[in-house]
Amino acid sequence: MIELERLTFGYSTDAPIFEDFSWSVDAGEAWSVLGPSGCGKTTLLYLLAGLRRPQAGSLHVDGQPLDRPRPRTGLILQDYGLMPWATVRENVALGLRVRGFYGPDGRHAPPDEVVGQLRERVDPWLERMGLLSVRDHYPGQTSGGQRQRAAIARTLTLNPDLLLMDEPFASLDAPTREDLQDLTLQLRAERDLTLILVTHTIEEAAFLGQRILVLGRPPTRRALIVDNPKAGTVEYRQSDGYASMCRELRERLGALV
Amino acid sequence: MLLAAVVLGLLWQALALLVSRPILPGPGEVLATFAVEIFGELGLHALVSLWRVLASIALSVALAVPAGLILGQSVRLNRLLSPLLYLLLPIPKVVLVPILLLFFGIGDLPKILIIFLILFFQILVLVRDQAAGLRPELIDSVRSLGAGRRALFRFVYLPASLPAILTALRQSIGTAVAVLYVAELFATQRGLGYYIFLHGSTLFDYPKMYAGVVAMSLLGLALYFAVDGIHHRVCRWQVVSYEAG
Repeated sequence: MIELERLTFGYSTDAPIFEDFSWSVDAGEAWSVLGPSGCGKTTLLYLLAGLRRPQAGSLHVDGQPLDRPRPRTGLILQDYGLMPWATVRENVALGLRVRGFYGPDGRHAPPDEVVGQLRERVDPWLERMGLLSVRDHYPGQTSGGQRQRAAIARTLTLNPDLLLMDEPFASLDAPTREDLQDLTLQLRAERDLTLILVTHTIEEAAFLGQRILVLGRPPTRRALIVDNPKAGTVEYRQSDGYASMCRELRERLGALV
Repeated sequence: MLLAAVVLGLLWQALALLVSRPILPGPGEVLATFAVEIFGELGLHALVSLWRVLASIALSVALAVPAGLILGQSVRLNRLLSPLLYLLLPIPKVVLVPILLLFFGIGDLPKILIIFLILFFQILVLVRDQAAGLRPELIDSVRSLGAGRRALFRFVYLPASLPAILTALRQSIGTAVAVLYVAELFATQRGLGYYIFLHGSTLFDYPKMYAGVVAMSLLGLALYFAVDGIHHRVCRWQVVSYEAG
């Protein structure tokens, strides 16, 4: 699904964040990217989203070199992803409206996309995400959890096969965060998504990532990968394996920084 | 608000009785004149003034919004031009009236241009700041939905700049009408400014002069209310978010 080969990227040329970095992700895998702030994990996600271009090396998604955002990739950011002047429903419908705006041109939207009736595609997602009661509210009137649900709904209306999440639950309180983590697991199974989730929280990385990419201080040259095959169910949070995985990740991170 | 209007009317009446000279007719007489004149000569002059203001608004929005959006998006361009704006913005545009008259002569153009200058800079600066204040996370997440430059403009930049446009108009519409009055004193035979001047200083028909003053006040008031009403409708999110916060 994703192939990074000898990729180099930095915001200035003398201080690369990734240097000759190779990494690959198979379709259907669930990855966490874990690291302290400043390690380049958000940068990695922006590269995968096609919002930044590598300075050297190659980046392929689904066999295609990535030079712009790909229609079947969904991106969810920590906050500020919703337009404050539009209602929850209008925000959820935005991706479809953008597709309708360009038509199925293969660049901004998949070539086989028929947008159809907005309401028919938006309302089921509002219901699925428990947003029907706040659909006519503005983001400023809703809770942080509802805003993130709206952001997820907006992305999933577009039927992505790859979902990129950047600290999606970092600003939420603990019960809401666990609730949305569980929901992420369900949706991934339902929609057969490849998931890459960036987080600075050890527990979140261990709960959601079946494979975990651990990043240290830049520049990153080699991928440190921890396998966590038992993750992927809601029950995993209560298991001993989860607790020992958290311990292992803590030690690995400690050794890196 | 109605009560306030009645109180103002009574104060006017009391003052008129106190002064008791033709240069201050009472509100009854002025309103009667207004009611007759607005369907005649005064109405025509009012329409001319209204047209000048509306044309200026259209022109300034059409030019200032794209310019503001471009400046708001380009840090480098903004850094280059903001000293210029910093110098131009505080200039009282009304002093440019004689210059515009010299260059553009009589007719509507210099009047429209002077109001345009007032509105243009206000809108430009507010739209620029609004566009610059958009969070990069928002832009990136909308780009990830497939939006290119055109869709970003349509779905993000344009709706984001609407409140700025309306705020700029609301702040400067009073000044615009005031400056229009000054501009219409010169080199024209149409417009409320001319009407007021003519009846006040040449024909000494004070009720008509006051009717003109009332008309000009109503013009400013109506424009302000219109912009305010549109702001409430179009930017409902600001109103409800404010109430919720």
